[in-house]
Amino acid sequence: MTTPSHVDVRDLSVTVRRPDGTLLRIVDSVSFSIPRGEVLALIGESGSGKTTIALSLMGYARGGAVISGQIRVGNASLDGVGPASLAAQRGNRITYVAQSAAAAFNPSRRIIDQVIEPALIHRTAAAPAARERAIGLFRALALPTPETIGERYPHELSGGQLQRLMAAMALITKPDVVIFDEPTTALDVTTQVEVLQAFRRVFREEGATGVYVSHDLAVVAQMADHILVLNGGKVREQNSAATLIAEPQDDYTRMLMSAAQPVVQAITPPAPKAATPLLEIDGIFAGYGPIDREGRPANPVLSAVSLSIGKGAALGVIGESGSGKSTVARVVAGLLTPTAGTVSLDGEVLAPTLAERTREQLRRVQIVFQNADVALNPAHSVGEILARPLRFYHGKTGADARRRVNELLDLTRLPSSVIDRRCGELSGGQKQRVNLARALAAEPDIILCDEVTSALDTVVRGAILDLLGDLRRDLGLAYLFISHDIATVKALCDEIVVFYKGTRVEHGTSDAYAAPPYHPYTELLITSVPELRPGWLADYPYQPVAPVANVTQSSDICRFLQRCPRSRQGLCDIAAPPLRTLENGSRILCHLDTSELAH
Amino acid sequence: MLHAARRLPLSGKIGLAIVLFWLMVALIGPFIAPYTPGAFVSEEVFAGSSGKFWFGSDFLGRDVLSRLLVGARFTVGLSVLAATLACATGTGLALTAAVGPRWVDELLSRAMDTMISIPGKVFALVMVAAFGSSLMLLTLIVAITYVPGNFRIARSLAVGLARLDYVEVARARGEGRLHLALVEMLPNMIRPLFADIGLRFVFIVLLLSGLSFLGLGLQPPDADLGSLVRENVSGLGEGALAVLVPALAIASLTVSVNLLIDAATQGKAR
Amino acid sequence: MSGSASAQRPTWIAPLRLIAARIGAALLTLLLVSMVIFAISGLLPGDAAQEALGQGATAGQIAALRHEMGLDQPGPVRYVRWLGGIVKGDPGTSIVANQPVSKIISERLPNTLRLAALTSMVAVPLAFLIGVFSAIARGRRLDRALNVLTLSMVALPEFLVATLAVLLFAVKLRWLPSIALVPQEPTLGEFLRAYTMPVISLAVIVVAQMARMIRAAIIAELDRPYVEMARLKGVRPGRLIFRHVLPNAIGPIVNAMALSLSYLFGGAIIVETIFSYPGLASLMVNAVTSRDMPLLQACAMIFCATYLLLVLIADTVAILANPQLRKG
Ligand SMILES: Nc1ncnc2c1ncn2[C@@H]1O[C@H](COP(=O)(O)OP(=O)(O)O)[C@@H](O)[C@H]1O
Ligand code: SF4
Ligand SMILES: [Mg+2]
Repeated sequence: MTTPSHVDVRDLSVTVRRPDGTLLRIVDSVSFSIPRGEVLALIGESGSGKTTIALSLMGYARGGAVISGQIRVGNASLDGVGPASLAAQRGNRITYVAQSAAAAFNPSRRIIDQVIEPALIHRTAAAPAARERAIGLFRALALPTPETIGERYPHELSGGQLQRLMAAMALITKPDVVIFDEPTTALDVTTQVEVLQAFRRVFREEGATGVYVSHDLAVVAQMADHILVLNGGKVREQNSAATLIAEPQDDYTRMLMSAAQPVVQAITPPAPKAATPLLEIDGIFAGYGPIDREGRPANPVLSAVSLSIGKGAALGVIGESGSGKSTVARVVAGLLTPTAGTVSLDGEVLAPTLAERTREQLRRVQIVFQNADVALNPAHSVGEILARPLRFYHGKTGADARRRVNELLDLTRLPSSVIDRRCGELSGGQKQRVNLARALAAEPDIILCDEVTSALDTVVRGAILDLLGDLRRDLGLAYLFISHDIATVKALCDEIVVFYKGTRVEHGTSDAYAAPPYHPYTELLITSVPELRPGWLADYPYQPVAPVANVTQSSDICRFLQRCPRSRQGLCDIAAPPLRTLENGSRILCHLDTSELAH
Repeated sequence: MLHAARRLPLSGKIGLAIVLFWLMVALIGPFIAPYTPGAFVSEEVFAGSSGKFWFGSDFLGRDVLSRLLVGARFTVGLSVLAATLACATGTGLALTAAVGPRWVDELLSRAMDTMISIPGKVFALVMVAAFGSSLMLLTLIVAITYVPGNFRIARSLAVGLARLDYVEVARARGEGRLHLALVEMLPNMIRPLFADIGLRFVFIVLLLSGLSFLGLGLQPPDADLGSLVRENVSGLGEGALAVLVPALAIASLTVSVNLLIDAATQGKAR
Repeated sequence: MSGSASAQRPTWIAPLRLIAARIGAALLTLLLVSMVIFAISGLLPGDAAQEALGQGATAGQIAALRHEMGLDQPGPVRYVRWLGGIVKGDPGTSIVANQPVSKIISERLPNTLRLAALTSMVAVPLAFLIGVFSAIARGRRLDRALNVLTLSMVALPEFLVATLAVLLFAVKLRWLPSIALVPQEPTLGEFLRAYTMPVISLAVIVVAQMARMIRAAIIAELDRPYVEMARLKGVRPGRLIFRHVLPNAIGPIVNAMALSLSYLFGGAIIVETIFSYPGLASLMVNAVTSRDMPLLQACAMIFCATYLLLVLIADTVAILANPQLRKG
């Protein structure tokens, strides 16, 4: 490297003391340097030490951890200096953008006061000048109404906006280094692109040097000049972004890259559809909160949702968070009573509430939740958790039940030694397997999987997807598979439904989602997923759509209108979109037809 | 158990030792009392400490130590009983509210909110005025006084748990309310509730002795530690042990329970 | 976003609605409380007529008095009449003193309020300081020492504190009288002599309780991510506490203060009795002893209303301090 490095880290180690008194190195002899004006990405799975390294660049360690090694930023050295001079660096020469801006902003102070605070406490600018710079940054970050947005409180802004505002706060002092800690992980893909674009632009303009922490290689490929792969606190590989992605040297890097694009072993398509589907959902309306006189809930979520799943089939449901995916699963499971519409199993209409369903009906439909941490009762052992449905649905007890529990552990590839453990002692992947095993214990016809892979690291996610595929092939299970990640859904499902604001905007075979035409919202979803190639973001075609002004959103017109890049004035804002069938067999809710949507 | 006790910080160990001491006194106190508690054994009233009367004599010349050993049984025994009763009732109602229909929850919560708005001492005084203060009534009165407090804690725990996915899964399985409450929820509430029982116990000891101190609690010839303070309050002017010792005894009991709970819950919280 | 919705309405509407709802709820609770108190104390067979006439009265005399006092009416009718009286400021006649309850109370209430006000003036700042300092020093020696100290203080019986105070100030040092008699127009010296011990006795427990709750409220905030973010911005500890943490902790802190202060009225029951202080609390104890129900009911209602008022004030402050509630 010819440029003198701007940030230089040598032999950085971070040690924590475990409750039993032993020492644990969570970061082990990490060295790297960053030239001025470039971005280094730290990538790895959760627990690999990314955030710890990022924070130690600020001389900050959580929970009494001890930092050792040499850290130099610009011409200041951070190792072995007192708290006062650290505080003088933090937020001034070195700044930080946290993962969840929604939590990291102080809820009771105005945004602008928080954004300019670093400039004021470090005296890099007077209040009026800082304010002006903040507004300039807001503009560069493509925030709406940059002059006044700072007057708001955090709860009045969206996650994507807060994340950009936090970047403005980090840049206000013109720092030597900005640290981004998973800044888009909590966002929907469509929002993520907007935020990434804004970050890129402002980085170029400011010529800032950065450290970008992420678990997502594809995101990192857009943002970083150099990538450092971490595993278990150690550096596995370190190279320029383009080289590392084109020619990964380390096995672990290769594994990360292949897990990022899940493939599930092909499944023989389910037998030709029987006359009645296994599960049929017809015209469901549902929501939360008290129900008014016309039978509408205070917070309506689903409107006129219909789906059907054949025996042994897998139907994927995608959409951004809050689009009503989980609500569908809750209605099917009987946990939420719909205000209208029916759910039928094998042609037999299921009662809307749990209490009125027969135990046999309940047995045939099982639900598995996203977060295995809260889906398994911490007071019970794995054996007890699995034995309960055996007893409840099949009357199995004693040796009979024990044998079946062992079979279930086998089926989900868990060692039989976990049987007496509590779930707190299991790893994330193991918990999710127990979670699945409990559903399998009922011997159901269909499992409702609500984001079962979303909380897992990519490598573990791949293994769970494989398991789901095998179970389906071996047991003839059907899935209603909910996810916000289209790649995951494509890998596992035969058919995919796209949800937008509680309506089904597209329904087609998985293959139909390989290429246009799609519904404009599907198109936005698919194109928003970053690709594992540097330069993808630079080529990204869309700019955020300015909302169509002055439309009174009647319930009839297209719900996607406000964000639709293809909307037609005088059509979309007047009439309700028809349900039409495209040439590839997909059904969509849109005014445009195949030729108009195929580019 | 022993292992857990050894890991307590010093304040917790001291607390535990004193709590165990008082439990012991409550169990065997009357049998080791040197004199019959009601007997007039000293010539002198409000005598100081001596070899014969370790804690001196009271306003009638009775042995303070003997009366203390018997009085402690009332204070500890009644309070344990009342605290258990209060927490069992409060937690039972809380679980009912959490798994029952909405209207049950609303009714119970409204009722408990009402009860909690009547300060404990005021409620107990009104009850005593209306019903009197026999041993059983007194226990019931102090127990009822602290039901709402336990209900509030237990309900917020239970409602939080009821929203968790594992309870939802059990509900979706078709499990009945009793299973949800007792098998899925209650085991996860035990630890925080245990601390709450301890806290209620402290409140109850203070309330019971407070009532007795006002002459509205235990009635003679029965006497708990609060009654002993009341009886001998006229000795305060001469700094009599007879008034100080029972008051300090109560304080040592309540303070040590508090120290123990704090030490036992702290390790978990951090 | 929700901001645009609130922009159309004046910004003071949302908090006002919330506060109005809280006031409504408090009044409803007070009504329910009155029912409970009346049900416990007013509907029993061993009634006031018997009490007033004593053991020697004939059945006829009692019946006549019952009729005169309206005790032969059905419960709900008596309740409504009683409640009406309370609302109008006339909660009946004391059976024992044979005077209007309102007159007796109006003589005593100011004394209790004065005692409570003095105690609050001592307790609130002290508790605030202890709470804030132990939160800042969390886990360090100062915090652990304060923790054990306050933990012990909250568990002390009021009569022990009062007893020790008497022993120290009146018996050993002979600085103060052991009885709190306040002359009509006290000089500053007399005033201090009369109030020092009752105030100390009450304050010890209230301070400890309040300080613990304030510490807990601040520590709950210190664990939130925005505090870490502020540290990473280079905010120093003092500014962190006063500019970042306290604005968010105001709600829980005022709530802690309200709860502790309402406890003060309960504590007053014992402290007033010990020091023979002519307040409402010792009056209530007398009413229990003499089974003077009208007086007792009125005292109980005042204590409950005070509790609800304190909680209501705390709620209102919490609403006004929270932009999310304030801006609807
Ligand atoms: N228990 C609930 N009470 C009230 N609103 C809820 C509840 N659960 C979900 N919602 C709301 O319903 C909408 C859809 O939620 P959900 O079905 O969970 O969406 P998704 O699974 O697609 O993220 C969201 O606006 C969410 O805030
Ligand atoms: S109907 Fe119009 S606005 Fe809606 S998705 Fe189609 S083109 Fe876009
Ligand atoms: Mg969801």
